[in-house]
Amino acid sequence: MKVLYSLLVVTVITLFSCNSQSESTQSNNNNTPSQAGGQEAVADDDSQKDVVKVAAGSKDHTTLVAALKQAELVTSLSNAGPFTVFAPTNAAFDKLPAGTVEGLMKEDKKADLQNILQYHVTVSAMKAESFIDGQTLGMVNGDNITISVKDGKVILNGNAQIIASIPASNGMIHVIDNVLLPPAKK
Amino acid sequence: MRKSQINALAVLTVGLVLGVIACKPKNAGSAVSGDAAEKVYVAPGKYDEFYNFVSGGFSGQLSVYGLPSGRLFRVIPVFSVDPEKGYGYNEETKPMLNTSHGFVPWDDLHHVEMSQTNGEVDGRWVFVNGNNTPRVARVDLKTFRTAEILELPNSAGNHSSPFITENTEYVVAGTRFSVPPDDVNGDVPINSYKQNFKGYLSFISVDKNNGGMNIAFQIKAPGVNFDLSHAGKGKSHGWFFFSCYNSEQANTLLEVNASQKDKDFIMAVNWKKAEEYLKAGKGKKVSAKYAHNTYDDKTHSAKSEIRSEVVVLDAEELKDICYMIPCPKSPHGCDVDPSGEYIVGSGKLAALIPVFSFDKIQKAIAAKDFEGEYQGIPVIKYQSALHGEVQKPGLGPLHTEFDGKGNAYTSFFVSSEVVKWNIKDLKVVDRVPTYYSIGHLCVPGGDSKKPFGKYLIAYNKITKDRYLPVGPELPQSAQLYDISGEKMQLILDFPTIGEPHYAQAAPAELIQKNSVKFYKIEENNHPYVSKGEATTKVVRQGNQVHVYMTAIRSHLSPDNIEGIRMGDEVYFHVTNLEQDWDVPHGFAIKGANNAELLIMPGETTTLKWVPDRVGIFPMYCTDFCSALHQEMSGYVRVSPAGSNVPLLFSTGKNMPAADSSKAK
Repeated sequence: MKVLYSLLVVTVITLFSCNSQSESTQSNNNNTPSQAGGQEAVADDDSQKDVVKVAAGSKDHTTLVAALKQAELVTSLSNAGPFTVFAPTNAAFDKLPAGTVEGLMKEDKKADLQNILQYHVTVSAMKAESFIDGQTLGMVNGDNITISVKDGKVILNGNAQIIASIPASNGMIHVIDNVLLPPAKK
Repeated sequence: MRKSQINALAVLTVGLVLGVIACKPKNAGSAVSGDAAEKVYVAPGKYDEFYNFVSGGFSGQLSVYGLPSGRLFRVIPVFSVDPEKGYGYNEETKPMLNTSHGFVPWDDLHHVEMSQTNGEVDGRWVFVNGNNTPRVARVDLKTFRTAEILELPNSAGNHSSPFITENTEYVVAGTRFSVPPDDVNGDVPINSYKQNFKGYLSFISVDKNNGGMNIAFQIKAPGVNFDLSHAGKGKSHGWFFFSCYNSEQANTLLEVNASQKDKDFIMAVNWKKAEEYLKAGKGKKVSAKYAHNTYDDKTHSAKSEIRSEVVVLDAEELKDICYMIPCPKSPHGCDVDPSGEYIVGSGKLAALIPVFSFDKIQKAIAAKDFEGEYQGIPVIKYQSALHGEVQKPGLGPLHTEFDGKGNAYTSFFVSSEVVKWNIKDLKVVDRVPTYYSIGHLCVPGGDSKKPFGKYLIAYNKITKDRYLPVGPELPQSAQLYDISGEKMQLILDFPTIGEPHYAQAAPAELIQKNSVKFYKIEENNHPYVSKGEATTKVVRQGNQVHVYMTAIRSHLSPDNIEGIRMGDEVYFHVTNLEQDWDVPHGFAIKGANNAELLIMPGETTTLKWVPDRVGIFPMYCTDFCSALHQEMSGYVRVSPAGSNVPLLFSTGKNMPAADSSKAK
């Protein structure tokens, strides 16, 4: 609980901190466009929530949401999609070797973080029951994952199991219990 | 967990949600810098610098904007009826919308391509494609009217169209939804796609002088989804490049099943070679049924003829017309740089953009450097055709335009941005967000040999929160960027009609000088023209009544008509006698189930009216033409069937004399 708690605090601080930066850019130079948000910032409390908003509302996905923000993927995932997002829980991230997540959240590791997170997203909204044993799925980062279906359980790359599925306005979120790691680049 | 902890967590979660959402400046409009207004301001009375022809998408129409102001000048009806102009309603233009399926009042217009001479935009015509019932149309930029529409047999979902060769020798049309050819029995199981479905590419020749279109030949290609295309230019003139997806040949749930393979293809077509085969008699004449509709500026009338034959070249039999180039992940845009050397394939699910080299493709073909065949078509090795890849450019690449200064600009749907990159070294130079979900983009002349690289326009699908809301459907938008510097600068956005697929733009001076001001009355060859009030008349032929009417400021002639009977079909052939720029007249009669008319100076158009009851029916001019526009009106008297009220017509005097009427 304590770990989760501190992670949340860090996350919230990280998330809020971006505002001041953009404002200072704006005031410094009138000719330089300030950083403007994308569709994630559209004020709309009525429509069905998109994949980002669903994830942001889950207490089990704070690490993922913070990572999406750091990787600048929030705008993309607020788009029309449709997306299938495999969403590792905080516990899944905690299974990684100590320091992994913290390392990936550093500014100079952004490309690696993007690569990992984009390996969790495919363009197309797929329900859990549509997966077929032996299927490969091309992910946004350019690599493939393989899917196995055993006794009604959907397992990705042999180790990440879908433990819940949540529909969103622009796709499907499948909650998984392990982080997917892209194959090493040749 | 204690209650207070849960509460704290709840607060934090809310904070988190807010945090994600609040991570944008309060005012997204602040992305626009201070000198934007100055750059787009066109003072009252001043002309814009560019014409911008923008696809109206599902509206079936083409719109004309000015740049940089973003002012809308005209909506040109093409594939849909348009009550504003009477297009598809008046008798003269109904044949324009005729097809082998009959009258089609609404189609889906996708792409826009301006005619070129020597690879440069020449300002003569704009070609557009009808996607649903496959057609290509030519719009005449002298009149800003649809001059010709040609239907395409053996096709469905005419999407990779209407791109042109550098001297407008051909306009192409590739089929997106492969189907069984028209001359075989199409009553086959849908899941026999792999055996029975084919993708046809039509090469439509264009007459150099009058623009007249004719299907010179079709290429029968494998059944896949041909998506977009562009012609080679300069060194690659003689070749055409078509992107295709669904090389899996799926016929259901393409969302999943057409995304299975890591690579689909760009198909390179040697159309000069195809011409040789055609000359050598290798084409096969097959029966087909398709409409060819033309509009004549002298008769002010369209005619539709049904054609019955087309010549087909088989790509599988004639091995050296078509070559497949592997291209990652369902390629969409297929764009050729101004030099003609680089072909950019944008796989909409790809994490990179491959750029192919024309020279390398030629070398690979000469050396037969193939990895095998796809459905009988040689497949060039990916690496052998590749100039290089733009790595991690953004998410969801769609389309690329060029500035003529060595840069390419690619739209990214998923990451909502335009990315500028250098064609030679493939390095990303700049990126700007779009609001939101960009589809096509346009640089004036940006797919020609000579781009006018001053502006870039992004065409966005989604405009949530960009404009005052107008219900569930929001306008789509164009966003204008100044690309004259190293960095792209957003300077304006404006709503568009329908859905802006592709658009093109050209310097105003290429077009404005040719714009017609009126139609010369002495050249009006309409069969029912009245060239002056003296020749106006009303003629009965059985139950058809033809009214030869004129309109001039500020009266209709005749303006009193009697002797119309129930059961009659009345044709009002109204000639606008004005010979003055910008003085149209309108015509409407009460109870007309069809439409009104809008008649340009010197033009004749016809409204068919079938009266539904006995009585007096006012008619009037609907286009405010003059100070006495309100006076420009008249009456038609309708009597019962079999009535002996004589056919009378007049202007300015009572016929019959007022005191002799049988008024009760």
